[in-house]
Amino acid sequence: MSRIGQTFTALKAQNKKALIPFITAGDPGKGLTVPLMHALVESGADIIELGVPFSDPMADGPVIQRASERALANKVGLKDVLAMVAEFRKSNTTTPVVLMGYANPVEHMGYEAFARAASTAGVDGVLTVDIPPEESAGVADVFKAHGLDPIFLLSPTTPESRIEQVAAVAGGFIYYVSLKGVTGAANLDTEEVAQKLAMVRKHCSLPVGVGFGIRDGATAEAVARIADAVVVGSRIVGEIEAAPEGECAIRVKHLLADLRRGVDAASK
Amino acid sequence: MKLTDLPDSRGHFGPYGGIFVAETLMAALDELRVEYDRARQDPAFMAEFEYELKHYVGRPSPVYHAKRLSEQYGGAQIYLKREDLNHTGAHKINNTIGQALLARRMGKKRVIAETGAGQHGVASATVAARYGMECVVYMGAEDVARQAPNVFRMKLLGATVVPVSSGSKTLKDALNEAMRDWVTNVESTFYILGTAAGPHPYPMLVRDFQCVIGRECIQQMPELTGRQPDAVVACVGGGSNAIGVFHPYIPYEDVRLIGVEAGGSGIGSGKHAAPLTAGTPGVLHGFRSYLMQDENGQIIETHSVSAGLDYPGVGPEHSYLKDAGRAEYVAIDDDEALAAFHDLCRLEGIIPALESSHAVAHAKKLAPTMRKDQTILVNLSGRGDKDINTVAKVAGITL
Ligand SMILES: Cc1ncc(COP(=O)(O)O)c(C=O)c1O
Repeated sequence: MSRIGQTFTALKAQNKKALIPFITAGDPGKGLTVPLMHALVESGADIIELGVPFSDPMADGPVIQRASERALANKVGLKDVLAMVAEFRKSNTTTPVVLMGYANPVEHMGYEAFARAASTAGVDGVLTVDIPPEESAGVADVFKAHGLDPIFLLSPTTPESRIEQVAAVAGGFIYYVSLKGVTGAANLDTEEVAQKLAMVRKHCSLPVGVGFGIRDGATAEAVARIADAVVVGSRIVGEIEAAPEGECAIRVKHLLADLRRGVDAASK
Repeated sequence: MKLTDLPDSRGHFGPYGGIFVAETLMAALDELRVEYDRARQDPAFMAEFEYELKHYVGRPSPVYHAKRLSEQYGGAQIYLKREDLNHTGAHKINNTIGQALLARRMGKKRVIAETGAGQHGVASATVAARYGMECVVYMGAEDVARQAPNVFRMKLLGATVVPVSSGSKTLKDALNEAMRDWVTNVESTFYILGTAAGPHPYPMLVRDFQCVIGRECIQQMPELTGRQPDAVVACVGGGSNAIGVFHPYIPYEDVRLIGVEAGGSGIGSGKHAAPLTAGTPGVLHGFRSYLMQDENGQIIETHSVSAGLDYPGVGPEHSYLKDAGRAEYVAIDDDEALAAFHDLCRLEGIIPALESSHAVAHAKKLAPTMRKDQTILVNLSGRGDKDINTVAKVAGITL
């Protein structure tokens, strides 16, 4: 079983839900990402989602766009991101790391070469936002062959008939996008999410994480009641952006503690 | 498979094209594909499209023998397909009418568009006014500054123009922002994409709407010269005016098809917008095609004196035609395009768009290599009123 699978199994045994924070690799500085990853784990992250910067982040709102621009200004590319994961793995061999990004940097490296390098670096899952299952022929298989879970999105607009098709290629967990919009949007409706998740679970046995629109302990708790994992991105990246130099890790830890309390409150 | 049978049912032109978007848009693209399929088989829809092209756009656009230009260039006879005479001043309106009719058919009351030079934005604002729809146009902040007259035209037509300040602040960023709007408002909104690019079915449907250009030429050229041209030349930004004139000519194997990309400060300088000439395949904006990218797969900034060609990608069908050897692609740099712009002004009394000037500039190189009884058909995709500020600035003149 993959590190992601093991994590979900272990949490389930403790009747707990997963907290998955997202940060963009290379933001705010090249050398700050690995320490931030450790800080996330120390303050309650079960899985880390690491954003691979891309020049054209079509599915992201302004907060993550700016993080991507800062990371690119710091000259952080896919190879650097893999090096960061390898560095993180030197002192953490248990927390799964999922890379989240867009197709082109991966395609440019070559799917096979990327999968080999990512696996060697200690990556556990890969979510390429703009590769839907229809275009993943070959890609998902290559990832799986190297022990990487191919993670796919489902959304409020996904028709029921498609869920099975997505589930058939997906690995690790399903990432349910809670709302129609880009990352950082605020119009989360947990009632609606709950209904859709019931439908997803009918067709898919993988754990389901929910992301987009989770901002604090309260929204994290509401989502943790219905999902297996809570993904928080823009709120954390925004905190990193706002933090005075040197206070990044402390601010993020503080925020994560609140989110963790929310997630845990849901299983009480 | 014949070259003209593409794309396949999922939008692939060989390895190019496809649907590379986030999950939230998959259903909307599927809905569009199904609805377009119905529309193009619906005689009433096609009749209305043709009616609008004739009575609102003013089609067919003429083909004009540019005799003085031909004489000056010294070789083949140059014919201009006058898309600059269309309502709103460019070929873009052919496509926006088709898509607006689709939007209406699908019950969408709000349309959005991206624009570079502003021609597609104006054409979108125009049809939105014509059919009573709300219109929001995304435009790179840099383009808002260099295409001020078109920004004002869009506003006069009732559209909201949103400057985009992310990334390189040009067309590609406007496209990103339009996609973000679409994801957010996917149920109420129709995205009028301005070129033969983007996720399937856009490259196909934009091509189909623009093919009226080539079909007319196939009629008009024999009327003027007794036969089809020896070469067809068109500028390539995203590739819609070029594919519109090329596609109907694909089966005419004796006709050379030549796409002209923006060479900016020269291919060697790296400051250009010529992915087919100097790029490599990759995935951007929902499709696979030749792209301008760096060693990390990041999209690089493009440079061109013409905002409408300032785009790092190109429609997937062009990538396919290049690999298949059916079309050739060359680059023309800023200085060459500007010289051709002035040639056409002075010799023919036609002020061409800077985009179209790239095609004229290639004809200038090509004509002397051909006999005087041979013909080159240049797709004059638009008129240059929008560009007078840019041209003046290059000449050091403040208007
Ligand atoms: C007059 C004109 N020609 C050409 C283009 C380039 O677009 P395409 O390659 O889709 O024809 C534009 C784009 O704005 C334009 O305004």
